[in-house]
Amino acid sequence: MTLSDVTTRELRELASRYPQSRSALLPMLHLIQAAEGNVTNEGIEVCAEILGISAAEVSGVATFYTMYKRRPMGEHHVGVCTNTLCAVMGGDLIFERLKGHLDVGNDETTEDGKVTLEHIECNAACDFAPVMMVNWEFFDNQTPESAVEVVDKLRAGEPVKATRGATITSWREAERVLAGFEDGLADEGPAAAGPSLAGLEIAAERGWSAPTPGAVKAKPTDVADTKVEAVEQADTSRAESETKQEEGKDD
Amino acid sequence: MTDTLTPVLSADWGTDRAWTLKAYKKAGGYAALETALKMAPDDVIAMVKDSGLRGRGGAGFPTGMKWSFIPQDNPKPKYLVVNADESEPGTCKDIPLMMATPHTLIEGVIIAAHAIRAKTAFIYVRGEVLHVVRRLRAAAREAKKAGYLGTDILGSGVDVELIIHAGAGAYICGEETALLDSLEGRRGQPRLRPPFPAVEGLYASPTVVNNVESIASVPSIVKNGIDWFGSMGTEKSKGYTLYSLSGHVARPGQYEAPLGITLRELLDLGGGMRPGSELKFWTPGGSSTPLLTAEHLDIPLDYEGVGAAGSMLGTKALQVFDQTTSVVRCVLRWTEFYKHESCGKCTPCREGTWWLVQTLQRLDEGQGKDGDIELLLDLCDNILGRSFCALGDGATSPITSAIQYFREEFESGMHTPSRELFPPAASTLFAQEVTAS
Repeated sequence: MTLSDVTTRELRELASRYPQSRSALLPMLHLIQAAEGNVTNEGIEVCAEILGISAAEVSGVATFYTMYKRRPMGEHHVGVCTNTLCAVMGGDLIFERLKGHLDVGNDETTEDGKVTLEHIECNAACDFAPVMMVNWEFFDNQTPESAVEVVDKLRAGEPVKATRGATITSWREAERVLAGFEDGLADEGPAAAGPSLAGLEIAAERGWSAPTPGAVKAKPTDVADTKVEAVEQADTSRAESETKQEEGKDD
Repeated sequence: MTDTLTPVLSADWGTDRAWTLKAYKKAGGYAALETALKMAPDDVIAMVKDSGLRGRGGAGFPTGMKWSFIPQDNPKPKYLVVNADESEPGTCKDIPLMMATPHTLIEGVIIAAHAIRAKTAFIYVRGEVLHVVRRLRAAAREAKKAGYLGTDILGSGVDVELIIHAGAGAYICGEETALLDSLEGRRGQPRLRPPFPAVEGLYASPTVVNNVESIASVPSIVKNGIDWFGSMGTEKSKGYTLYSLSGHVARPGQYEAPLGITLRELLDLGGGMRPGSELKFWTPGGSSTPLLTAEHLDIPLDYEGVGAAGSMLGTKALQVFDQTTSVVRCVLRWTEFYKHESCGKCTPCREGTWWLVQTLQRLDEGQGKDGDIELLLDLCDNILGRSFCALGDGATSPITSAIQYFREEFESGMHTPSRELFPPAASTLFAQEVTAS
């Protein structure tokens, strides 16, 4: 299989979007996955040629990031969060159930080529735990049963909609959006749902809001005026030690 | 007296099609930009500095001061990079913000770029959030079409191009210098500081790296003033912020409140813990901040209050665990995460997290050896402050704090597996369903 002219042209276009072309490497590798189904050797060579760097450098990048796959993927990527909070809230049981149901291990694809299952790290939706992602779309508050239902529909080719997001397309189409090409689905799904609105709803019930501008005065202030004060107050001891080092160098 | 909850960033999340330019403008959006563009860049910096806004990504460094470090006499281009790589376990505030109201962030980006005189800005968003990437790209397109991005914005002579850049799955890229290497198309590994990004950042040019929430807070400060902002929060921790409540609570979610609210107050608002649950331990700001317990329910959740309790405010990611949860299991899982995400650049983190996982696995299986607790503490001592970046430091936080508060559970790991002491099914969201079947 060889990369099409269209893909090569789009790769060059991505490279031209940045002040320095190498910045486009991550998007270009996303596009290779969209076009080829994974990061292929040929894809690596083409990226290297376009950016004027070695294939080894591209390969080094492609193997560093977990979203890049060096083996062919299923039509859909199903990720179950098994980082601590989701794991405790049920993610471990969901992952076990899906492994058994799909008869695959971690990072493996079903025999029909429809689903690649992977356990994933925290996906920034902890208030919706346990969370599952399909082609990097949110499936909130899952149970083993609901997760099985989703993968069964995916395998049967039935339409599936994310709980906060769009109708599921495919992993490759998702990769194309990540690379930098819109698919027209931004207007699907809600602005926010469920837990995202918890505080807002409570505030509305109780008539609470931020103060009215002009009607309030700032409380007494003791914020840092100098760099030394700021790094002392900062949440990390590193800022302090590094700044001292910098000051030392300036002497 | 300020209200207990003060929705600002989240105020419009419930609005129909809140992500569109039309809805954002209807809610008063881009008015702050018009004001800021009429101000001299240094005046915008002074305003943000005087507001007392501190970085919302974890470190709490004053945002305006960071902007003032950009050497304007440096002839190289200046860059603004928004850190939207939200990946710290427990942290889930920036993703809903960008999903619901991406224009709030974009308006902040344009104001900040004007202030530091950057003509190119980037939003580095983690790749694993497809719909957020869609909404950001659509919002940037709409903003450009309306003349808020591009050249000569609203006739002010200010030019700003915005590039939405999706990452590819690496927690370390949330570290600002690793993020810059990643944005340059390299493996995301941290850089030695100094030089700080303000002097040599992206393409070795002066660069400001700010968290999403920090930048998104800027339009509200420009629009409503520093007195308004400073009327919320505490003396050293000014303003409002998003607290993210998750775990064994009755009502998990986003709670926007003045800095200094307590976990007890937040829990009370949402009906407390889930039925039958008692608070056992919690993280104040993600897994890299030392665990706290029920005795810390009344500490003010600001930079100073959490610091005084021996932890860090971090990203205000309040992960709450009840009595059904094994602390050993949790700490093992977090440590496996740090091991997986360690970039490999420095030895203490790369090798240390490996040893930590091996030791914790034994304890989790009830096969711990005499001296394993001391071994864990010794390993942590050799990682904290000796690793190249804060990832290694963070990896030690859950371990040392868990041993401090729950040493007896680690001692039980010498003979009893955690799953026997704390059957995992009892902790799940669908606990009743599981126990019934």
